[in-house]
Amino acid sequence: MSEAIRNITKKVGVPRLIISLFFLFLCFSAVSLGLPFASLSSDTLTRFGMNGILVLAMVPSIQSGLGPNFGLPLGIICGILGSVLAIQFGLVGAAGFWGAIIISMPFAIAVGIAYGMMLNKIKGSEMLVATYTGFSIVSFMSIVWVLIPLNHPEMVWPIGRGLRVTIALDSTFGKILNQFMMLEFGKFKVPTGLLLFFFVMCVLVWIFNRSRMGIAMKASGDNPKFAIASGIDVDFYRIVGSVMSTSLAAIGIVVYAQSYGFVQLYQAPLMMAFPAVAAVLIGGASAQKAKISHVIIGTFLFQGLLTVALPVANEAIKVGNLSEVLRMIVQNGIILYALTKVGGES
Amino acid sequence: MSEITNVTPAVEEKPFLQRLKGFLINYSVTILFVIIGIVGIWLSELPAYFLVSELLTRITRNSFLVLALLIPVLAGMGLNFSITIGAMAGQMAIVLVSHWGVGGFPGFLLCVVISAPIAILFGIMTGRLLNKTRGQEMIASMMAGFFANGVYQFIFLFALGTIIPFYDERMTLSGGIGIRNTVDLSGDNGIKYALDGLIKWPFFYVLMGACALGIVYYILKLNKAKGTHVAKSDLNKTYLSMVLCTMGIAVGAWIMFSPTLPIQVKMMQNLKLPVITSLVVIGLCLFNIVIVRTKLGQDFRTVGQDQHIAQVSGIHVDRVRVIAVTISILLAAWGQLIFLQNMSVLNTYGSHVQIGMFSIAALLVGGASVSRATVGQAILGVILFHTLFIVSPKAGQNLFGDAQIGEFFRAFVAYGVIGVSLGLHAIRKAHEAKKG
Repeated sequence: MSEAIRNITKKVGVPRLIISLFFLFLCFSAVSLGLPFASLSSDTLTRFGMNGILVLAMVPSIQSGLGPNFGLPLGIICGILGSVLAIQFGLVGAAGFWGAIIISMPFAIAVGIAYGMMLNKIKGSEMLVATYTGFSIVSFMSIVWVLIPLNHPEMVWPIGRGLRVTIALDSTFGKILNQFMMLEFGKFKVPTGLLLFFFVMCVLVWIFNRSRMGIAMKASGDNPKFAIASGIDVDFYRIVGSVMSTSLAAIGIVVYAQSYGFVQLYQAPLMMAFPAVAAVLIGGASAQKAKISHVIIGTFLFQGLLTVALPVANEAIKVGNLSEVLRMIVQNGIILYALTKVGGES
Repeated sequence: MSEITNVTPAVEEKPFLQRLKGFLINYSVTILFVIIGIVGIWLSELPAYFLVSELLTRITRNSFLVLALLIPVLAGMGLNFSITIGAMAGQMAIVLVSHWGVGGFPGFLLCVVISAPIAILFGIMTGRLLNKTRGQEMIASMMAGFFANGVYQFIFLFALGTIIPFYDERMTLSGGIGIRNTVDLSGDNGIKYALDGLIKWPFFYVLMGACALGIVYYILKLNKAKGTHVAKSDLNKTYLSMVLCTMGIAVGAWIMFSPTLPIQVKMMQNLKLPVITSLVVIGLCLFNIVIVRTKLGQDFRTVGQDQHIAQVSGIHVDRVRVIAVTISILLAAWGQLIFLQNMSVLNTYGSHVQIGMFSIAALLVGGASVSRATVGQAILGVILFHTLFIVSPKAGQNLFGDAQIGEFFRAFVAYGVIGVSLGLHAIRKAHEAKKG
């Protein structure tokens, strides 16, 4: 019996087991406290779809050997730039959404190539340098958001200069995916378009993983020395991984923004890499290995945990934002745990 | 300034141009900062008195925290981002001591005593964690800081008043649970200026005195070295220092005694130096220099150079690394006390958050790297980095008509400096790995 338990813990992983049990516990408390379960679960689904692609961006990065992409803000900035330009060009509705993605792609690809080339020079310290590259670019772009010569009335301050801190998307492409083919069962709403888009992206990455290029990329991440010996240009595939990750981050933030209803500028992207890294790690990935299933499981568990924790925590303690503190502890704890697994080898 | 990690090799003197090139490459960040600083001062058009007095405050306030970073660098663990954890220990002590109502200098001493065991406990825990993340110490220490911040918020927002019985009219939130965002330290029970206010002397008199002492020291040193062979560069350094000291005396005398001075410069006569705080900072400088000469310091250095060789030669590598981090975190806790007695307001959920980042950026600006940092670099870094901090909002205002831009710019520079320094170190490491 204990053997079986040990096998299960080994297979599932201790942190994932703890978090799953905690999630179940929260769900039970939510039900027993009489909280509206239907709206909680539709919130969970929405946040799952909203954050999913940002988490998916971790997969090519980890697979190509770059480790979890702590430089996610680079891609996010490209996506924001795309959205802002799409609004400026007056694109509305579906055209606005697709326009934002299409406009952001050239930026994301260029940034991804440059970023990948940089990461090739600093092998072994990717995570830390990536974090600070992301931080400094976010601060740099904050200057750009003030000085950029855009003038769409939805975006600029009525008085003063620069773009607003948050740009409402009500009149452009807010909630466009969420409301696409939305299913409603009373209070339980399924954001079909959002989920569909996320799953299509997952399938695309899955197909890429099975292509010739994807297999070579995975090989160069799994065992660089072996890959070089078999004639794979490891540095090239690391750049491919970086470009894919950056582009997915750009798409991810556009999806996130349309679902949230606002584009957030300035310091908002600063810390966005960490929840995404944490989600994929909760799903069972490590700093060296990641699969699509890790993304789906991890995002669902992490976002579900946060969604359900909020009202339950408010029942327990009325003041403060316990759920936000919980997020910090779970998120940073799981990243630390993953780091202890990396360090053990070198 | 003495250098702690410098193993002086007996090589012949290189030609001047080559040395100049090496200097320019090693100190490119520092030189860039000197330029940015000068341009910033010029753009900001801030009055000289304001600039100097603000800088003086910031040097005495922040140096201790920056100096707390040096020992882990010596032990090869890189830049210790987890000094935020030490800062949290310091803040816990402050909350307790102001709750007990002990203010002023006794309160400060009590904070020092109480924060020590907390910081040592945190230090040992962090050190053990970093032993498990070998090779990724820096990002692990950063994440440890973030994680600890979550736990800290949990304790101060939710545990106090529920799990831990605690109530204080001045600190507890209106709901009866948790601590307020800001705790005022200026009342009877606070530690405002507990250290700074003890002795304050006019800055330029102190400067003149210190320079005079410096000249005496160098003359004695020259006398002692008479007859023995001294490297020419060392001799030049001594003479240079003496010239600098003489200039210090001259500037001091000019400002204090000259009858015809523009009002802006005359105001500087009023500059006061918190003597005790400065002595504490100098004490820590000396500690960092002296510890290298002890058995423990040698162990740090050996572990820093090669863990494997250290292990083989009978050093408990893991233990030495834990000690290094613990000392750093303990010093950071005390550094945060010095920082907060000067700020005189405890920002419960914010004061510690950026301590690690700013201190590290300052150290790197001074010309330090991930594997080598000296006391002199730390002090120089604090001066340059904080000059930028003082002038950038005003410079942004004057240049772009928006103070925000200056603030974004300094954040960009702080993050950028850390990113570039870490990147350069990684490139060098990758290069050596390829060669070896």
